[in-house]
Formats: sequence, structure tokens, C-alpha cells
Amino acid sequence: MAAGIARKALGSLWRRPSPRVCLLVLGIYVLIALLGYAQMLPDIDASVGGSEDPPSWHWATLLGTDILGRSVFYRVLAGAQTAMTIGFLTTALVIPFGTALGLAAGWFGGRVDAFITWLYTVVVSIPDILLITAISYAMGKGLTSMCLAIAATSWVGVMRLVRGEVLKHKDREYVLAARAMGVGPVRIMVSEILPNVLHVAIVMAALVLLSAVKFEVILTYLGLGIQEGTSWGLLIAGASQELTNGIWWPLAGTVAAMFALIYSLSVVGDALRDALDPRVG
Amino acid sequence: MTAYILRRLLLAVPTVLGVALLTFLLFNAFGPDPVRTALGQHATPEAIANLRQQWGLDRSLPTQFVGFLGQIVSFDYGKSFVTGDDLGTQLRAGALVSLSVVAPPFLAGGAISIGLALFIARHREGLVDRGARVLFIAGMSVSALVYVLVMQYVLAFKLGWFPISGYESGTAALRYLALPWLVLLVVQLGPDIRLYRTLFLDEAAADYTRTARAKGASDGRVMWRHILPNAWIPIITTNVTTIPFLILGSFLMERFFSIPGIGSLTIDALSRGDLPILKAVTILSALALVVFNLISDLLYAWADPRVRLG
Repeated sequence: MAAGIARKALGSLWRRPSPRVCLLVLGIYVLIALLGYAQMLPDIDASVGGSEDPPSWHWATLLGTDILGRSVFYRVLAGAQTAMTIGFLTTALVIPFGTALGLAAGWFGGRVDAFITWLYTVVVSIPDILLITAISYAMGKGLTSMCLAIAATSWVGVMRLVRGEVLKHKDREYVLAARAMGVGPVRIMVSEILPNVLHVAIVMAALVLLSAVKFEVILTYLGLGIQEGTSWGLLIAGASQELTNGIWWPLAGTVAAMFALIYSLSVVGDALRDALDPRVG
Repeated sequence: MTAYILRRLLLAVPTVLGVALLTFLLFNAFGPDPVRTALGQHATPEAIANLRQQWGLDRSLPTQFVGFLGQIVSFDYGKSFVTGDDLGTQLRAGALVSLSVVAPPFLAGGAISIGLALFIARHREGLVDRGARVLFIAGMSVSALVYVLVMQYVLAFKLGWFPISGYESGTAALRYLALPWLVLLVVQLGPDIRLYRTLFLDEAAADYTRTARAKGASDGRVMWRHILPNAWIPIITTNVTTIPFLILGSFLMERFFSIPGIGSLTIDALSRGDLPILKAVTILSALALVVFNLISDLLYAWADPRVRLG
């Protein structure tokens, strides 16, 4: 069933030209991240030309060089690896956690529901940026704590939607039939209800990934996120100072890379919703 | 009505308690020791013990938590660790500045978005609509950061229309606020217009709209007299509930343009380990959310006769 949903989603994305291109772009970013982990991305600290050379037609100097003669393009690729890592780690935390809580709240009701809903209300009562900064303050700055912090604020959306779907399905005939046949509650939850609410989780995954990438850049830029390694936030922070000297390519390159990823994610997210949400179209 | 309001406020008590507990745990129990942050690596044990006692951190965690709850109830958040200033005055001054950063673009942006969304909804699925959709997704895909940097560079640095950053109080503030206003306005347009377009199209699909058209009302009349009055309800309620979240925009703008509001206060407090400020800001925004949610529900009941409070 789950594989069926995934196939249906991918199929419908592939049929239309604009989501297809965006899906390919996302594939490229995944590839960049994987190459990065395989140590196959070029060295970001190597000098590839003079100081602050403008862009030219070579891989290394496609986006020019920075003040130390290092390739801006290679640094943007490394930033993509960081962004994808944080995006995927956060999504991998949020989707199972939010779905499980939503299932439990919707299915068990009563005290379980009251407790989970209370947790939800508490989290949504604190503006995201405050909660994220509070968690990274408590846990120290870095990649793991940032993933956890963004995850702690974004599971609520998944939980709320899944809970709503479960409430709709709870009293349908197929669930009653399974019950009448003596299927246990956990089994009903996992093999009957979960496949029917999974489309919500899939659509939310694209949104969570997108907001995690955006938050990473802003938090790192503000000095609250990644401290070591390369991040688009750090690149933009450096580039904004060089901008006043007319050095535009580090900023333009980083922004273009961010734009391609976020735009593709938005289009794919919208297309997924159109394809999987039974209420639309 | 009064009974409803009282009951809603009572129902908010567990939420506020939860926020207080979460805030307290994050800052007082798990966070780095603010005494160490203030005194540095080479402080003597006596100095550490003294400061800890002065800040009330030598008490047990449950006692500290009860003290924190007392502060929430009395709205007296004590003094800043670092400056020793009374927090009430600091927060009030900061909130006023933050409000002057976010309120004008919020209101102006709302009005502009509604106007443009009406226009776009009238040309549904036409060239305008499709062009606008691509433009808005593209606009929203550019990080807010980029809008700030580019507008700061072009409008302030290159063209010299605005000061690059800074702040003065009084009417001189207008000079410094103009650019942050413009940035917030632009950043907000995409998501807002998208939301309003959906709202208007939902209303346009309703039976009463078809009836109005069937009896021969013009497009303009259907828009102004039928769709807009009905769409006001979701517009008002969504806007009221987003007011507490304007703090996010304020955070970014204050940081980029060096404006001394709540956002700057909070970010400074984070780097200095100034726990009272951090806890006060978190709790106050949660309280604001509770209040604005209640206002939104009351407005909803007032605007929509089908809704009964109870």
C-alpha cells in the first residue's frame, strides 16, 4: 500500500513537465550530498585562481573565487551538502514522530489524546524562532542540536493533520470490519489506518524539508546555527560584507543554489498535494 | 459571553504552565550555566558562589520554578542578570520599538494583498493568475535574508535613499524604519496573496455566488457585495492569530538593521546567558498567543451568526 502511494505520487509528478524538472533538480541535490559523503566533492580550501576573480567558464571558477582565491562554486556545493543533511535528518525525525503521535492521539482518544494535544498546544504557543533558539541555547550550537530544534517545532503540523485524518477513518467500515474480525488495535493502526493517512505524511515531508533548509540558513546567518564546516548561511554572511566592494558573485551563486532547491521543493510539494489529497482535484 | 471568556482563560492555564515548564527546563535545567558565561573560565569559586546566590540560582530547581510561576502571575519578571535593569521597563520599551517595526507593513501589506488577490481571483486560471502563481512561488523561494541584503545594498548603499542601519527614537526613527518596512512588505506579499486568493476562490465557488450571478449581478458587484463580505471572516481571524508571530519578522529586521527592539534584546540575551529576559520573552509571547486566539474566536462569533460561543 505504502509502495503504491509512492509509485502513484512519483508517477503523477513525472507526467507533468514542471514537477518533472523540479524532481530532477532535487535528484541533483541529493546526488551532491551523497558525493559529499563519499568524499568526492572537490576540496573547498584549495586555491583555484587569483583573489576575487569574477566567474568564468571553468568548473572551479564557474561562480568566481573568494578573497583567498578559493572556488565559490565548490563552497556552494559543500553548503548544499549541509543543507540537504539538515533537511533530511530533520524530516527523518519529524515525519515518523509526528505521524506516530497523530495516530496515537486520533486512535486512542481520551487521556492519550488530551496529553498529546496539550503538548501540541504548548509547542505552537511559542513562536518557532524562540523555541528553536532556546533549544539550540540549551543543547549547544551545532548540526545535531539544530536538527533537533527545528524538528521540535515542526512535528506539530504533521501530528495535527494525521490526527484529523485518523479521526475521519476511525469509524469507517473497513476499520469496523477489521475490529469485528478480532484484529488488535496496534495492528489496525499500523496496517489499516496508517496506509490511508500516509499521504498526509508524504506531503508534509516536502514542507518540513523546505522549512528546515530555510531555517538552517537564517539561523546560521544569525550566528545561532552551524559553527564549523560550510553552510549557505555562513557563505551569505561572508558574501554580504564583500558586496559593498562590488564582489557580487558569492552572494549571487549562493542565492541561486538556495533558490533552485527551495523552488523545486515548493513545486514538488504542491504537486504531491494535488496528486495525493483526495479533496483536491 | 463573560462566562465563555473566563472558561477559555481557565483552559489556557495548562498551556501556559506547559510553556513555563518547557522554558524553565530549557534555560535553567539543561542550558549552559549563565554564571560561567558571565564570569568566564578563570573565576574563583567564591565569585561563582556569590553571583549564583545573587541571581537566585543557588536554590533548588523546584523552588526556582515556583519563583518563576510567581513572576508570571505578577507580571514582574525581576531584573536582567547582565545590566541589572528592571525587565518591565526594558521589555515595554523594546515591545514598542518592535511594534513600530512590524505593525505598519503588516497593515499596509494586508490591504495591498487583499486588493491584488481580488484582482487575481477575478482572472482565475487566466494569464494573470498563472503568471502570479509562478512569481509568488519564486518570490517565496528566495530567503528573507536575500531580500534584506539586496534591498539594503541597492536602496541604502548604492542609491543612498535610506540609512543602511541604525535607530534613533522619536520621529527620526521614521528614516531608519522605512527600509525594514519595505522589506517586510515585500516578503509578506507572496504568501498573503496566495492565501487570500484561495479564500476568495472558495467563496466564488459557493452557491450564493452562483445565485448572484444567475440573477444578473455584474462581476464587480459579485466581488464587492457578495464575496468580499463573506471572505472578511477568515481574513480577520487568520490575521488576528498571526499577530503574535510577527515577532519572527521583528527578530530578523532588528538584527539586520540594528534596531533595539525585543528581537535584539533576545539575541543579545542569548549570547550573554541573560535568562530572565529569555524566559520573560518566551512566556509573554505565549500569553499573547492565548489572548489573540481568544480575540480571534470572539471576532469570529461576532462576524458569523452561525457560530455560537459555548
